Amino acid sequence: MSNEARPTRLAIRGVTKRFAVGDDEVEALAPIDLTIPQGEFVCLIGASGCGKSTLLRIIAGFEEPTTGETSIGGKTITGPGRDRGMVFQDYALFPWMTVRENISFGPRQRQLPKAEIEGVADEFIRMVGLERFAERYPSQLSGGMKQRVAIARVLANNASILLMDEPFGALDALTREQLQNELLQIWSRTGVTAIFVTHSVEEAVLLADRVLVMSAGPGRIESDLRVELARPRDVSSPEFNELRRDVARRLTSHLAPTRV
Amino acid sequence: MDDHVTTRSDAPERRAPEATTTASRRHRQRLETLRTIVLGVGFPILLVLIWDRAVAISGTRLIPSPHQVAVMMYDFSFGGVYDDAFSGTILIHIWKSVQRVYSGFFLAAIIGIPLGMMIGRSRILRQLLDPTISLLRPIPVTAWLPLSMIFFGLGPNAAIFLVFLGAFYPILLNTMFGVRSIDPRLFEAAAMLGCSGTRMFRQIVLPASLPAIFSGLRIAHGFAWILIVVGEMTGVPTGLGSVVMDGRTLSRTDLVITGMIVIGACGFVTDRIIVAISNRLLSWSPQHRE
Repeated sequence: MSNEARPTRLAIRGVTKRFAVGDDEVEALAPIDLTIPQGEFVCLIGASGCGKSTLLRIIAGFEEPTTGETSIGGKTITGPGRDRGMVFQDYALFPWMTVRENISFGPRQRQLPKAEIEGVADEFIRMVGLERFAERYPSQLSGGMKQRVAIARVLANNASILLMDEPFGALDALTREQLQNELLQIWSRTGVTAIFVTHSVEEAVLLADRVLVMSAGPGRIESDLRVELARPRDVSSPEFNELRRDVARRLTSHLAPTRV
Repeated sequence: MDDHVTTRSDAPERRAPEATTTASRRHRQRLETLRTIVLGVGFPILLVLIWDRAVAISGTRLIPSPHQVAVMMYDFSFGGVYDDAFSGTILIHIWKSVQRVYSGFFLAAIIGIPLGMMIGRSRILRQLLDPTISLLRPIPVTAWLPLSMIFFGLGPNAAIFLVFLGAFYPILLNTMFGVRSIDPRLFEAAAMLGCSGTRMFRQIVLPASLPAIFSGLRIAHGFAWILIVVGEMTGVPTGLGSVVMDGRTLSRTDLVITGMIVIGACGFVTDRIIVAISNRLLSWSPQHRE
């Protein structure tokens, strides 16, 4: 898949982040420069504490960068917005709303006509295969179903960038595999730009067009790899394994000194 | 519950029991209901029997027997036994007390819930009001009695004020607690979906803190019925509290106990109503159902 011709969707220029921890300051992100074209599937991978979630939260607008700038289609990000939707590991569904109400939350904020809201809700309930669970509350759903609702909630709001923070980390292996496939289908159907944080090498190589390996202390992008394998990808193929080894090596190479 | 390819769409069916187990489960449920009723009703009956025996054996004339109280209750409800100032007046007294209890209670809710939501969300308001609230809260409501009589005179308003004070703190504090314990992710999720400003209060803060608000309302409602007796000591002629106080003045313990039972029954019935409303509004939250 060639990305050269696509317009830049997300641009990150010289973004750093420092946190105050007690009287100390911790540098969570070293200056980061990154551009992501429209429709690309990017996986951010790294050990915990490498700042991958912080970077994602800065893109979401939940955190402000200490220095630098992030912009979407040339417009600087100043806070959370409808163009970006986050899917959290712990779902963050509204527990007092049914599946349908959760999914239609965004359209309702825009005060669209009622018929249109219902139409959008129906469309995305169908997209994630939850027709029979539309009137259920989140507490009555399994983890996999909850995460489907969370994805649908973001897409129903017309977000053009899907931010995912270890979304399948709390799911069992089979559910996880199924949701990965569904996510890829949804991604290719909607043309949304996806930025996906994970600490699973296999997940990154399976999903991404591009894998960004991050390292800690302070967080920076260690390597930027393209995954050119055709989809659907065969996790048992030698090419897949070679890439997986490559990513794993880059991931652990900077860890080695600290372990000695 | 996992939901991979084969079981995902029919997870509920998978757990649907066969007909025989349904029947035996229904049977077990019926036994369980029966036991709940027998134990729940049996214990107060046992207490009444002990009371009856204790009065008979000790021969005391200070405490009436259950039978005397029952007669008083009948007279209080329908008249025709003693034909005095209390005969057949139960509804008037209940109605007056209900008015005062709910004037104070709703006033406390109308002020306590929005204030608690704002204090819970705003650090400046918290810094401004938290020390004052912490300072005023430990003062027993009954200690306000003399002042409330000065503020509101001898009459129903003093009683309403006391009920209000007693109901206000549990509502305020539970609302504050409920708001402060909302998962911050929910605010982030709402913000990214385009929700902001005052809509955030209505759509996120209020429903998310509703379980805590309702437990506050329930505690406050209990206090309100407790305080009505104290409130109606302030020289009002009608109300269940004044019935109890009149009974004391007249040395009529049967009247005192009758008043106590009616207050208990009113508190119980209205508490069940609150629980029913809260179960309905909080049906999404399994851990808050009763």
